[in-house]
Amino acid sequence: MFDNAINPMIIFFASILTSNMILSNFLGMCSYISISGEYKTASGLGKSVTLVMLVTTLINYAVYHVIIVPFGLEYLQYIVFIMIIAASVQIIEMAMDRYLPDLHVKLGIFLPLITVNCAILGTTLFMVIRDYNLLQSAFFGFGSGLGWWLAISMLAAIREQMAKTKLPRGLAGPGIAFIITGIMAIAFIGFSGIFNIQ
Amino acid sequence: MAETVRSVMARNTWKENQVLRQILGICSALAVTNLMMNSLVMGLGLMFVTSLSSLTISLLRNLIPHRIRMIVMTLIIASYVILVDIFLKANLPEISKALGPYVGLIITNCIIMGRAEAFAQKNPPLLSMLDGFFAGIGYTLVLLIISFFREFLGFGTLFGYEIPFVSFEPWTIMVMPPAAFFIIGVLIWISSNLFAPKGKKKP
Repeated sequence: MFDNAINPMIIFFASILTSNMILSNFLGMCSYISISGEYKTASGLGKSVTLVMLVTTLINYAVYHVIIVPFGLEYLQYIVFIMIIAASVQIIEMAMDRYLPDLHVKLGIFLPLITVNCAILGTTLFMVIRDYNLLQSAFFGFGSGLGWWLAISMLAAIREQMAKTKLPRGLAGPGIAFIITGIMAIAFIGFSGIFNIQ
Repeated sequence: MAETVRSVMARNTWKENQVLRQILGICSALAVTNLMMNSLVMGLGLMFVTSLSSLTISLLRNLIPHRIRMIVMTLIIASYVILVDIFLKANLPEISKALGPYVGLIITNCIIMGRAEAFAQKNPPLLSMLDGFFAGIGYTLVLLIISFFREFLGFGTLFGYEIPFVSFEPWTIMVMPPAAFFIIGVLIWISSNLFAPKGKKKP
């Protein structure tokens, strides 16, 4: 399990910059495109995703190595992971409501959406496939969340300005959002020499 | 309005194509499209999961309590995805490796959930199965179109075969992520000009 001893800090920065969840792994696109109209909302969603990603990656890591692997239940992993994600989103929401009501008002509306965000399940699956250890998984989950947040806030900021621009018919909305994302992805390729975790 | 087989077919394959018109299921549509073979396998897998999960959900539609329907649907979808995953691992291990986590991510593919929620819940089983099936066909078509451009320009091959009489310097950018975004952006632009109701401004 420890044969891939990549420094956790490298994983952290690489998952923000070079293996960004949106710009190079295409995960979480549905909410990325549909909720990026306004900067404030997008940033709120990004924060919730970061929180949920960190928590679910850790829980899934524990469940995978304590329950699934010892009992040879790998074929059930998808069902287990998706149930854990759904359950922990629910628990985070309830705990937030109880202990951090201010934060809950700001982020609460996004939490149910996150269950079906593929970036969350994707992070878990990448963690399992790449066989990360506990520390690496924690940094990977947190870094991926931050990377997602960065990408959606950038797109939302650009789209807020785009709203004033006149576009050819049919291009406005998702079409131009994808083309902007493409340009952002080219910019992020510039980082690709620094770290590499594939 | 009663839906017929024909209307379901036209709607899901072209007019309201899930990927281009509804912007659903984008994640896998972009990630696996650097090779046509991968896209085809992914498309077939999704077609299998959407049609069977729509069928199952429609059969059970009067039994599932409304409040917990999301979680029941997710479980049904996840079971079919596990079947696809096991099948790919056993029979096409190379493609299964190349697709990596994206097979598992069919679970969170919004197309399946969307069809289940919007159609299978209210319609008879066979029609729901066709609805899911044609949604899968629409998805596969889009994947094949995207991967046609990406593989042709990026590697100079189609389905892994060299194309005779054509030789040019491959565009490396085409196999990298940005090209996928550009191509799908342009496809959405084209399709919204073709299928959007004329004269009505889209929000």
